[in-house]
Amino acid sequence: MTLHTNKRAQRIIGFVIGIGFGFALHKGGVTDFDVIVNQLLFRDFTVVKIMLSAMITGMAGVYLLRHFSLAKLHPKPGSLGSTAAGGLVFGAGFALLGYCPGTVVAAAAHGRLDALCGGVPGMLAGAALFAAWYPRLAAAVLNRGSFGERTLPEIFNVCPWRIIIIIEVAVLALFYWLEHAGL
Amino acid sequence: MELFTAHIWSPYAAGAIIGLLNCVAIVVSDKFIGCSTAFSRSSGMLETFARGAAAAERPYYKKFTPEIDWEWMLVAGIAAGAFLSALLSGGLQAVWVPGLWAETFGHSAPLRVAAAFAGGVLVAFGARWAGGCTSGHGISGTMQLAASSWVAVLCFFAGGIATAMLLY
Repeated sequence: MTLHTNKRAQRIIGFVIGIGFGFALHKGGVTDFDVIVNQLLFRDFTVVKIMLSAMITGMAGVYLLRHFSLAKLHPKPGSLGSTAAGGLVFGAGFALLGYCPGTVVAAAAHGRLDALCGGVPGMLAGAALFAAWYPRLAAAVLNRGSFGERTLPEIFNVCPWRIIIIIEVAVLALFYWLEHAGL
Repeated sequence: MELFTAHIWSPYAAGAIIGLLNCVAIVVSDKFIGCSTAFSRSSGMLETFARGAAAAERPYYKKFTPEIDWEWMLVAGIAAGAFLSALLSGGLQAVWVPGLWAETFGHSAPLRVAAAFAGGVLVAFGARWAGGCTSGHGISGTMQLAASSWVAVLCFFAGGIATAMLLY
């Protein structure tokens, strides 16, 4: 049995990584309703700063680890009927709830009672509803306009590092601009 | 110690830590950070508890077995980590109605809880429909340069910005 297949060890590792994730989310300020909704209203850019700095750090790390055969990519499949349509529904809920699936749990844990008594039960109901409707959705829309598990370098047929460097530079330029503009 | 008791970190530092945690996760667990399937597994466990083994026959629960797995424990860890961080910085505080919500919709707790419930239904339904959430697609998927995740995150924010502009 390897570490990856040891379910008991993996549960412990998941919990420990989760503690770090929850700690960073709270310290970053994104477990706060006002911070999240103000991002959607373009008044506060904390959410974008955290997501993009996580993305560019992880992007360099993940592709380096893959280069040394220490990690595998797991790109999710997608389609217009699932990713785009579901994404818009998620977005509407995101604005109304004011938290996302990770931050709602974090917010509930530090005393946000709207997250604890409204958000978390609502999410469990939404997940149950999706499980009930899944066969119908799968038959009707989920595979419409499928683009599979492909990555951007595969689609554009270029070396991943070329895209990574462009994205890293663009994100750093955006950060510079945000700080310069006082946002 | 001041690092742990600080009220807030630079968002860039917090983000970089999350990116590094994702790198640790793929090496030691062959998994990327994500949160929304934990809600499907939980709803499956609750349904099994409420109406017996027949609930687990749903095709979706065959895909995502109602059990406590790595990601479920990750979400439990998020709660523990946020609690710990708030405890160390004196941020544990019971709040029913967030400030920005109160400015627009008033201080009614039942109204806010009802809206959060409705929002929660949409968030979980939408996340499972899209195959991921702001962490699974928004951070972990975009860092892999997955086409689906870039589409997802654009739609998350398009839907979120439009709804927020209408609401507040």
